[in-house]
Amino acid sequence: MISAFFAIVRRDLILAVRLRAEAVNPVFFFILVVTLFPLGIGAETKLLQTMATGIIWVSALRAAMLSLDSLFRSDFDDGSLEQLLLSPHPLTILVFAKIIAHWLVTGLPLLIVAPLLAVFLGLPQQALGTLLITLVLVTPVLSLIGSIGVALTVGLRRGGMILSLLVLPLYVPVLIFASNAVAMAGNGYAVDAQINILIAILLLSVVLAPLPAAAALKMSMS
Amino acid sequence: MSFVPAPISRFFHRMASPPHFYCLTNKLLPWLTVIFILLLGYGLYAGLYLAPTDYQQGDSYRIIYVHVPAAWMSLFIYVVMATAGAIGLIWRIKLADIMVICSAPIGASFTFIALVTGSLWGKPMWGTWWVWDARLTSELILLFLYLGIISLYGAIEDKRSASRAVSILALVGVVNIPIIHYSVEWWNTLHQGPTVTKIDKPSIHIDMLIPLLVMAIAFKFYHLIALLQAAKVELLKREQNSQWVKTMLESET
Repeated sequence: MISAFFAIVRRDLILAVRLRAEAVNPVFFFILVVTLFPLGIGAETKLLQTMATGIIWVSALRAAMLSLDSLFRSDFDDGSLEQLLLSPHPLTILVFAKIIAHWLVTGLPLLIVAPLLAVFLGLPQQALGTLLITLVLVTPVLSLIGSIGVALTVGLRRGGMILSLLVLPLYVPVLIFASNAVAMAGNGYAVDAQINILIAILLLSVVLAPLPAAAALKMSMS
Repeated sequence: MSFVPAPISRFFHRMASPPHFYCLTNKLLPWLTVIFILLLGYGLYAGLYLAPTDYQQGDSYRIIYVHVPAAWMSLFIYVVMATAGAIGLIWRIKLADIMVICSAPIGASFTFIALVTGSLWGKPMWGTWWVWDARLTSELILLFLYLGIISLYGAIEDKRSASRAVSILALVGVVNIPIIHYSVEWWNTLHQGPTVTKIDKPSIHIDMLIPLLVMAIAFKFYHLIALLQAAKVELLKREQNSQWVKTMLESET
């Protein structure tokens, strides 16, 4: 079972390396959306500074959202998803492996870009550390919760819009706690409470999210 | 199933059979409607006419007789829907599937009513139609959850898998609703605190409370009527090729 888990992670990573464009696109999208905000609301430093956390988090959410489709899409199209379903290992574990690989490919790059963009928007120095910690905690949650939505809509021809409708409301708690933590850290307050809650949400979704995702995949393939 | 007493399990087995459910619904509906009209009539009369005027909010507080029961129903129906979804997923009962998808539009309507009446009340009280207050926001997110369920059901062509998908989503939602609710509450709150569910003594006057509870029960009956009607239609749609529908239609015409 463990070897199957790592085999899937390895396979998905190799695929991502071979198809670099797909992995890079969400990052570009993220940078682009963040760049659009100063153009839209004006380049006033003070205004941007107060909105920086919100801009970064909402854009990160959208970028994660857009990258979700690649989680099961190609496997669904070429039939390897059916092979996964037929394998003797529990589907939950296999789905979890796919989510981990997806996070490594699409979540981690956001970690590298986000602090850079934060500096562009004038986020206070002392908030950068918190931004990184919250990103480490939240991006896996985005992949985990998102996997449920993708699994439900993978069989649909035009699932994109519905996917956002399904998944974005579920992203609300992490958005609240993460952006609040960064904003508080920027003002010099302690953010232990928010970080602890984010850890709790992460653990909860690691345990719970793969179950409905696997059930939904079975539904989509039937 | 040995831990369930025999009469109860027999009741569920019979309720799970579509023809039995259909006949029972037909018998129940007139009674439910009568009870609903009586409760609604009394609740509205007592709420709008008998209940005393609030010393601070004047008569405009009377919108709570629609707003609060609708807000209660919006959450209640989601839980009912998720329960039916779990039953449908575990025991593969057709009727539970039907209940899930018939609940969603009703719940969405109640959520919408709660939002609209809340905003109508907010205009004279807070001076604005909308504030980003905790409970308003979580109610809005609840509406999005309902809309997600309705649109997912509409998008999947095979209605049996659509029912399963919707049930899974409803279960995911029901786990998330408390988390969303408390995180939003933590984020910002301006709404007046709960006045009915305080443990020791409700801070609402008894003459105002009774019409409110009557209205809440009336709304429950309305939900039951709407749900059963919708389920009846959906059941006929899905079972249109089965023998019992044909014999029933022949006997009716």
